[in-house]
Amino acid sequence: MLKLDECIISNGSFLLNADFEIETGAKVAVIGPSGAGKSTLLETIAGFRDLKAGQMHWNDQSMTTLPPGKRPLAMLFQDGNLFPHLTAAQNVGLGIRPNGRLSDEEKEMVKSALHRVGLPEMGTRKPAELSGGQQSRVALARILVQKRDVLLLDEPFAALGPALKAEMLDLVADLVAETGTTLLMVSHDPQDALRITEQTVFITDQVAHAPVATKQLFENPPPALRDYLG
Amino acid sequence: MAGRTQPVSSWPGISAAALVAALILGTLATVGLRAETSGGFNPSDWAALRFTLLQATLSAAFSSMLAIPVARALARRRFRGRRVLIALLGVPFILPVIVAILGLLQVFGRSGWISDVLGVFGLPPIQIYGLHGVVLAHVFFNLPLATRLILQGWQEIPAERFRLAAQLGCDGMAMFRLIELPMLRRVLPGVLAVIFAICLTSFAVALTLGGGPRATTIELAIYQAFTYDFDLGRAALLSALQLALTAAAALAALKFSRGDGFGAGLNRAIRRWDGGTPLLDAFWIIAAATFLLLPLASVVISGALGLFELPTLVFRAAAISILVATISTMLLLLLAVPMAVSAATGRYGIVELCGILGLAASPLVIGTGLFILIRPVANPAMLALPVTALVNAVMALPFALRILVPAARDTIERHRRLALSLDMNKRTFFTRIIVMRLRPQIGFAAGLAAALSMGDLGVIALFADAQIATLPLQIYRLMGAYQMQAAAGGALVLLLLSMGVFWILDRGGRWHAEA
Repeated sequence: MLKLDECIISNGSFLLNADFEIETGAKVAVIGPSGAGKSTLLETIAGFRDLKAGQMHWNDQSMTTLPPGKRPLAMLFQDGNLFPHLTAAQNVGLGIRPNGRLSDEEKEMVKSALHRVGLPEMGTRKPAELSGGQQSRVALARILVQKRDVLLLDEPFAALGPALKAEMLDLVADLVAETGTTLLMVSHDPQDALRITEQTVFITDQVAHAPVATKQLFENPPPALRDYLG
Repeated sequence: MAGRTQPVSSWPGISAAALVAALILGTLATVGLRAETSGGFNPSDWAALRFTLLQATLSAAFSSMLAIPVARALARRRFRGRRVLIALLGVPFILPVIVAILGLLQVFGRSGWISDVLGVFGLPPIQIYGLHGVVLAHVFFNLPLATRLILQGWQEIPAERFRLAAQLGCDGMAMFRLIELPMLRRVLPGVLAVIFAICLTSFAVALTLGGGPRATTIELAIYQAFTYDFDLGRAALLSALQLALTAAAALAALKFSRGDGFGAGLNRAIRRWDGGTPLLDAFWIIAAATFLLLPLASVVISGALGLFELPTLVFRAAAISILVATISTMLLLLLAVPMAVSAATGRYGIVELCGILGLAASPLVIGTGLFILIRPVANPAMLALPVTALVNAVMALPFALRILVPAARDTIERHRRLALSLDMNKRTFFTRIIVMRLRPQIGFAAGLAAALSMGDLGVIALFADAQIATLPLQIYRLMGAYQMQAAAGGALVLLLLSMGVFWILDRGGRWHAEA
């Protein structure tokens, strides 16, 4: 269970309050107007921003002061999810061993992860030789071998076309279902949220509200969400 | 950026910066302590100061003024070979001074091409030694630099402005006043200051073309105090004077010059509608190209003739130069890459400042300080080569940092979060990400450092005894002994080595590098 305990996040003069829990294995969308603090919330959970006040826990273990790499979570950013000078397999390998050489067994793990995301023959290619969709798949293969408890998505598929984006979201949904990973994804498209999440955290007026059922939220939106959806 | 976790350690760079600062400031302090102020400056010292300032002023003025029409012509004309010509404008930066001097002598010297032509008409030959020779050589080196800097100013004028002026019906003169003059007013002070500062510290030109009571620069006076009189106190006093001068000029140059790189994006010609005078533009372009290429062509031709009867001394000196350049380049990279990383994390501006110190201190002053420090414990001549390699590396440092810091900043900024989220350690991030991503810039910086060290004729002249010489020094000695054929052959070898090593390292860095 991911718990944000009376957290106050500051980003310059901007403040965001968050006080809620997310169940293990839940799939949660984070939506809200642009500038509301969706990315800020995810970056804080990932450890790239310090909390002004409050505590964060994963399964009753505090992670408030842990550096990003020591937290039980993996994150995909809007861009820069792969190192351009490393091959697809090397990029995936960093998920297992960021600082050393892979054993034969670990190389097999990389191979099967690439196989799982539909790129069995692409291991030796560099990102520039892959399409946008294929690059996203490599990043997801790395997430797979990282075996972290929580996956944070900060709109990593925003640059893809609608069909490709839907395909990637379905792949994400399959992967997190297989591994029991807890998913938190930023989105500004209600369709994305409805497609693969059960719950939604809605951010408005400097508050990240506790997650509610996605479907019901959109069927009966509160006034602030209604304004946002238009 | 302050206070953010960085994926890479700043300490190696801070240590490197401390070493550089200790070397530069330590030698300067040594010079200051040793300087004999009791005697004060004698008349010949004042003459040296006056000549130094005069030649630097004239060199800066001529280079900049001549560069304006050349840059203007290059900015508005499109022709075959334009790209090559603009690339050639970068060559003097890594061209060994002694090679250019030899070429200039062969063209403008007493028995040079032009004097020969004058002789046909019964006119006396040109005198190249003295003030006008020094200024001529400085213009040869700095006209291309000035042209590049001013051309950059022209390229930065938005094309829309020329379109608007054309639509308003501005003719050539009006367009000059309206658009070009304001640009020149903005760019020229920096160009003048940079060239002035460069000419203050150019030792090899004064050594070869200057001399005598009427054409001695301060650096040359330091060298003479060393070699002729072995008067360390006087050398130190002159060094202190030179230091004050270069520090002031470097500060002025930094203040006036803008943070531009090495002239990327100069390949675009601006579309203009004022026509101008194609003939005049052609004249300037051809004149500038001839002025630059003639001496080089002369060295290549005469050197090729002398190539087969080179004394073994030259090959020995060439081997020594390759060794010195290799060590110097490795030292530079050991200092510059970590320093660039520290500077790029944004928290240590002081690191970059330490790197720039090399611009303010002249190599001869550092050399003087090192000589004073080394002499009580060892024979300076024994350490001539390591000292030369070290001083060359420190001199190349400001340029290397200029090349590396922006790329390092970009790489860290772009990959910081991913590396942190993967729990990559700082060492791995340095070796596997930064070094690999910066390969093109590292290759470029290494190429510059190697070529500069290969062609350097400065500190080595202070330290070397008759037994040992780098190739530039050997060529200088051959010229002094009037063995012009052998000197020309050696100059061609040096030219090929400098350009070759730059090309190999620069290419090597970009080989299979992904954007």
